[in-house]
Amino acid sequence: MAERCAVIGVGQTHHKAKRDDVSIAGLVREAAKMALADADLTWSDIDAVVIGKAPDMFEGNMMPEIYLAPALGAVGKPMFRVHTAGSVGGSTALVAAHLVSSGIHKRVLTVAYEKQSDSDAMWALSVPQPFAAPLLAGAGGYFAPHIRAYMRRSGAPDYIGRMVAVKDRKNAMRNPYAHLHLADIDMKMVEDSMMLWDPLRYLEACPSSDGAAAMVLAAEDAVSGNYPPAWVHGMAMRSEPTMFAGRDQINPQAGRDCSADVYRQAGVTNPREQFDCAEVYVPFSWYEPMWLENLGFCDLGDGWKLTESGATAFDGDIPWNASGGVLSSNPIGASGMLRFLEVAMQVRGQAGEHQVDGAKLALGQAYGGGSQFFSMWVVGSAKP
Amino acid sequence: MADETTDQGPVTTLATPIRLDFDFTPGVAQSKFLRGLERGEFHGQRCSVCGKVYVPSRGSCPTDGVPTTEDVLLGNAGTVTTYCVVNVPFAGQSIEIPYICAQILLDGANLSFMGLLQEIPTDQIRMGMRVEAVWVDESDLTPSLASVRYFRPNGEPDADYDTYKEYL
Amino acid sequence: MSAAARAVRPVSIASFAQSQNVRKDDERNEVEGLMPVIAEVFGNIGITKDDVDFICSGSTDYLIGGPFSFVMALDAVGVWPPRSESHVEMDGAWALYEAWVLLQEGEIDAALVYSFGRSSLGDLSEILTLQLDPYYEAPMWPDIVSLSALQARALIDSGKATEADFAAVASRSRRDALSNPKSQVANDIAPEVLLQDDYVVAPLRRHTLPPITDGAAAVVLAAGDKATAWSDRPVWITGFDHRIETHSLGARDLTTSPSTAKAAEVAGVAAGKVDVAEIHAPFAHQELILAEALGLDDSVAINPSGGALAANPLMSAGLIRIGEAAERIRSGAADRAVAHATSGPCLQQNLVCVLEGGA
Repeated sequence: MAERCAVIGVGQTHHKAKRDDVSIAGLVREAAKMALADADLTWSDIDAVVIGKAPDMFEGNMMPEIYLAPALGAVGKPMFRVHTAGSVGGSTALVAAHLVSSGIHKRVLTVAYEKQSDSDAMWALSVPQPFAAPLLAGAGGYFAPHIRAYMRRSGAPDYIGRMVAVKDRKNAMRNPYAHLHLADIDMKMVEDSMMLWDPLRYLEACPSSDGAAAMVLAAEDAVSGNYPPAWVHGMAMRSEPTMFAGRDQINPQAGRDCSADVYRQAGVTNPREQFDCAEVYVPFSWYEPMWLENLGFCDLGDGWKLTESGATAFDGDIPWNASGGVLSSNPIGASGMLRFLEVAMQVRGQAGEHQVDGAKLALGQAYGGGSQFFSMWVVGSAKP
Repeated sequence: MADETTDQGPVTTLATPIRLDFDFTPGVAQSKFLRGLERGEFHGQRCSVCGKVYVPSRGSCPTDGVPTTEDVLLGNAGTVTTYCVVNVPFAGQSIEIPYICAQILLDGANLSFMGLLQEIPTDQIRMGMRVEAVWVDESDLTPSLASVRYFRPNGEPDADYDTYKEYL
Repeated sequence: MSAAARAVRPVSIASFAQSQNVRKDDERNEVEGLMPVIAEVFGNIGITKDDVDFICSGSTDYLIGGPFSFVMALDAVGVWPPRSESHVEMDGAWALYEAWVLLQEGEIDAALVYSFGRSSLGDLSEILTLQLDPYYEAPMWPDIVSLSALQARALIDSGKATEADFAAVASRSRRDALSNPKSQVANDIAPEVLLQDDYVVAPLRRHTLPPITDGAAAVVLAAGDKATAWSDRPVWITGFDHRIETHSLGARDLTTSPSTAKAAEVAGVAAGKVDVAEIHAPFAHQELILAEALGLDDSVAINPSGGALAANPLMSAGLIRIGEAAERIRSGAADRAVAHATSGPCLQQNLVCVLEGGA
């Protein structure tokens, strides 16, 4: 009963530590105008706008769709705001896609952003609560213990994380929009970087970026644009409770269920073979081997071996994060949408220097919170 | 004349101080936990459906979605399930770096929580280490986690990995 | 493309529940406040969380004073095994819209929608200032009551309404609230008496303002066989749309609500007789603007629940309008109803939902 839905336009900003050359409105317009141009459309062709971002406290602007409506050409149209923690960029794209696949709208603009430099994101994540322990750890402090647990459980050698950190930064050199362009990156440079949250070093963590991402999604009879469309073959969201007895934070059930759902829709039974590439939310290096296992690209405990073998490198058989990924650009609210957008670029053949040759089917994944929220989609060059 | 303003360059920053005050409500279950801290005790709550003990309980069993009503007095000791060493300075930090952030599974509980670990060099901490809570002086006890100064090793042999691997 | 131009899959408001609306719930946290509401919305129709395929909630961090407030709220449902779940930083009425969109595709048949808003924790009027343009408006800290007063003044000056009309709305709403056990402010005071109130911000007198309310609400949506199995009289959503206007108050005619009128047109409000309208008008004068935009005449019973003037739990008040309208139909008191929700300063964004009783 669902209608086909396609990505017909993509746009993203140059991601930087501080985009003080633009306002919040200017930032989101930069991405949105690029997506419209790519789709060969104008603001008036758009039926509805769906916007997403991480907590409002990052910019101090409550429910920003209210202020951004005119900047995004939404006046007189439906405008919708999604917030599902770090997975929000992906979830936002999915909400927009459902507006098309449900048959309600023909062309939907979806935008996600973060302007972290407008506030202190570390502060916003650690707002003192009167009943909590007087102990602040920051985002890395939440994830580092789980990384340690993964290393223990899988027996992975400690250099695996550094390999991912190097690989993704090398990929970023091929992506003009990436925040980090570290030409000299190598294993030693990562090893010499400051230990932030032991076992996590500075260069094994994502940067803090200002940036935005935008896509135009269209129904089959409304396809336009400069490149062939990327067809949506499957989409799914899953959540599990944040904390519960016996929760597996290294291989969360919600991630497994979400990928099973999206693979079923797309007819994928062997992700490593069937996908040509994947963009996966890896904010800390060790999340690549963890998600390789969680997403079924290998057996449990073997994720690090896949990374070590070079399979996920740009010239490997299943490139992960050819764009440089979250480790190279992290405008939080937009980071998930960038994963979804980058795989659309790959199957449309518009990824330029980081184009994976002949990419036809690809997986985009985003996760958020304490690894309890997941959103995923599969896009392909062929119609589903 | 536009030139006078453009000569000064664009305005790149506009500071708007925002201060908002909130009265938080801990709720029924968390109040019991906080009252326990005021007496120097850890209190958890058991789910009537799955039997798991949560500490601190926020009032519901996260998997069953029902109120946790049975109060359970927990031990003062527990096991470090996993940990990290914080080396990064950031705003609002009240402890000198580096320090150990440990996930601690109190004896009798089914959920670990994050605590500060002291009285041990940062390179000697291990998963499975047995630790105990060190409380502030009795006269300083308040209904707040500030009543727990920190955790420290209690000298017991390390717990077997299998006993806590489900709580990582 | 209008909703009417395609085949709309019938979706029913199968169950509705709301908490007691109070000025300040200082005993329970958000999870504890939500749990009984969710238990009730399932219990009403004898189902459990296992019977719904999708969950969507609406809330905002700035009411709670911390990031990710929706995250812990999910513990009131118990999403284990993992569920398909989403959240909007909007009123629960928009969460209901997201769930309705998913149900349109025919892949799933039931959804839980909930929202929670504790307006009592901070200074609401200051908090809502942060919705304004962060460069040109918010730094001046105009409060939401003052902005609404600008709108009321414009309405009076346009000759469309008087302060007495505002008082009549307030008087009727709180009198109707006497028969709503969940309401927070209910009384029977004549408009002439209300007009003796002091001004809070002229021309708004005390009675034209909504109360500050803590509350939560939940709805179960059902389609297909579940819709008929779970209700003897399904309440079908027959039209649904929402629209937003520009942000700058100076660029808007504050005496009208074109976004409401557009949403009403797309939702097909005028396609039949409206028996009941539940309108989310936090300030008394806003009901007059919205009733005109919705094209409602004097025969329509407006806000029999008492509306937002009787209880205004932010982020839930819109969802409650849909639930209250649905209950009028389910009870047989009405056959066709319009529900409305608003967001942003001076009615900037509006949602319209048309409900009809079925067999």
